[in-house]
Amino acid sequence: MKHSSFFWFILPTATAMLLFIALPIFSVLVQSVHTPHEAVLIETENCGPFGCKKSTTIDQDATRALRAEEPLGRFVGLEIYFDRGHLAIKEVVDIWGNAESLNDFFGDLNNLPFYRAMAFTLTFTFSVTPLMLVFGLMIALGVNALHQRLKGVLIFFSLLPMIVSPLIGSLVLFWMIDSRGIIGSGLQWMFDDPALSLKASTGLTWMMLIVYGVWHAAPFSFIVFYAGLQTLPQDTLESAQIDGASRWQQVRYVIIPHLMPLITFIALMQLMDNFRVFEPIVGFNSEAHATSLSWFIFNDLGGETRLLSSAATSSVLTIIGVSILLTPVLIRTWRDFNAKS
Amino acid sequence: MLFKKLALASAAILMSGSAMAACKIDGRVSIVGNEFPAIHAVADGAKACSGGEIKANLTADHQKINVAGMTGNPAEYTSAIIANSSIVALMNEDVIRPLDDLVAKHGQALKPNQLIKINGKVMAVAFMANAQHLVYRADILEKAGLQAPKTYEDMLAGAKVIRDKGLLQYPLGGAYKAGWNLAQEFTNMYIGHGGEFFKPGSAEVSINNDAGVATLEMLKALSEYMNPDFLTHDSNATSAEWKAGNMAMMNMWGSRMGPLKDAEQSTPEVVKSTTLGAPMTVGGGSTPATTLWWDGWTVAKNVSDKDAEATFIAMMNGIAPNRLDDKMAPLAVWLIDGYEPTPAAVGVFAAANMNATPYPMLPYQGLLHTALGAEIIDFMQGKESASQALADVEAAYTAAAREKGFLN
Repeated sequence: MKHSSFFWFILPTATAMLLFIALPIFSVLVQSVHTPHEAVLIETENCGPFGCKKSTTIDQDATRALRAEEPLGRFVGLEIYFDRGHLAIKEVVDIWGNAESLNDFFGDLNNLPFYRAMAFTLTFTFSVTPLMLVFGLMIALGVNALHQRLKGVLIFFSLLPMIVSPLIGSLVLFWMIDSRGIIGSGLQWMFDDPALSLKASTGLTWMMLIVYGVWHAAPFSFIVFYAGLQTLPQDTLESAQIDGASRWQQVRYVIIPHLMPLITFIALMQLMDNFRVFEPIVGFNSEAHATSLSWFIFNDLGGETRLLSSAATSSVLTIIGVSILLTPVLIRTWRDFNAKS
Repeated sequence: MLFKKLALASAAILMSGSAMAACKIDGRVSIVGNEFPAIHAVADGAKACSGGEIKANLTADHQKINVAGMTGNPAEYTSAIIANSSIVALMNEDVIRPLDDLVAKHGQALKPNQLIKINGKVMAVAFMANAQHLVYRADILEKAGLQAPKTYEDMLAGAKVIRDKGLLQYPLGGAYKAGWNLAQEFTNMYIGHGGEFFKPGSAEVSINNDAGVATLEMLKALSEYMNPDFLTHDSNATSAEWKAGNMAMMNMWGSRMGPLKDAEQSTPEVVKSTTLGAPMTVGGGSTPATTLWWDGWTVAKNVSDKDAEATFIAMMNGIAPNRLDDKMAPLAVWLIDGYEPTPAAVGVFAAANMNATPYPMLPYQGLLHTALGAEIIDFMQGKESASQALADVEAAYTAAAREKGFLN
């Protein structure tokens, strides 16, 4: 295609991407290096239904003057990135100095909110992505082998977990796994342990969130693999069967290589999606055991105290994290593209 | 004949017109506030006025939208219904106006203790009070041979007796959900121990002391007698557990007493024996381990004076003493003239009479509240020591306060 026709072809998309992706990211970046002005505090007396009390409040006139001068706030450079709520450079160096063993170091690192969130986010991402690929493929192979009449119904039921809104699905599961709920009581009976509670232990909560993640994401890979299986070259499969390949060997040497582009595609999408895990943490009320970067942003933005610079910084760190995660897949795709041309 | 009908019709219209003229406004009114029955009653009263457009957006997420909704010029919302903690967010962003002149002009029906004064200016009008206090099952305590506890130490001892007698495995309850609720429990208990949150006159936090450690130890001891999922239970879940008959004693909001005594989703036995008590003290102190809260309404700064006056008149109608009928009275502990305390108000009145501390209205209290809710979770799960947890809280608060400009 000529360069000029390519330019006109891409112009609408490029404009939309500039307006809705590039500019907002730039704005978030700018906000992450600014913080609100220093508050001018004055002593006051506050009176209410329960009497008067000496207190402090913000001097609005002085603050208004400061804000009018510099509307964006104070420029602080990378200070928010390095503070305790984010990369916590100073604290990490302290812990490294004081730690006696590697175990000690990671234990103390877990005390810092950002690293605790990263630990859960990375565990979630690297557990759910391979599991959902495996389960999706298994379900697709199973449904593909069924009688024609049954296929429709089973496809519908297999898609249900993805169709249910994540927050609703996690809330439903939250009440079922409660120690007085049906799954909670069932597990207590099965393990003969009346004190067993999924919500009370951090390890079990992580497992529960990962199970929920796989349950919710598997239908997506199932439907993509199912579509891919329809384009399977029958002659290659038949020649493999004639050569005496077992079912497992057929899957490993014929079906999976054929589906490899789809596997790459789904892995890419799911790595990004799972890194942004958020709804299960809210739905399961499990912020005591598991937090994630997206949850940090939500926490900073909502409620009475709005830490906007902190939320902007967490957003930038999330973007950087996703880029790092996707680099191997992107390099591989780039190599394939170059090899072909 | 026609003349008679016309005369009758016009007389009827004139009479109804004068009845409606009880509240006339001239301007736009748009209210944002929390979503529970008492606030609905006030908003309905405001909507009964005529002469201008009156809207109300009552939602549990009001704190996420009220500051943004009042920042524009003209502001989207002309009035925000808030409490002592949420007024700070509006004050910090300078989006509410002083009401002294409007009070002088239209606020004769207000009692002096309804006027919330900050730095000498009236910034809000309070209409109801709330506090957390003891609730207990009279029948279970009787079976265990216990009196209603007056201190938290008594509550712990009573819980042990109930468990040893095999009456209930988890006799205690409380809204200990990680986050805002857990931080609120810490705040109450710390005040009961006589602790100060900040160094006087500054935004520097000082909770890593004996009172702080004692507070955490008491919270941990209480949680041993609670359902093991306590870190996921907010007021809704705790009330549900109570109504199912799984608890004997808990510390709960006064505004929840109405729904708690409702027969729906509960058994008659539980409803009958649910009894309200006064807030408890702790550690031999005399200040009850609870905080007093008020709910009130404000008027936006970034609206025209006409709209501001219309809003004031409409909201005054919302809390007019003549609206306090049998349906409205039990919904809350009203500060309105002529309110007679209902049985559901006993706990909150006891809190006020015991001189409980109001929740602090400092600009940086919210940051400490958030830091507490996030950092004491590890201690409650037994993963770190009390002093380490308090050090974490102070570090998290200091980072947030530096960012917001309260500390250098």
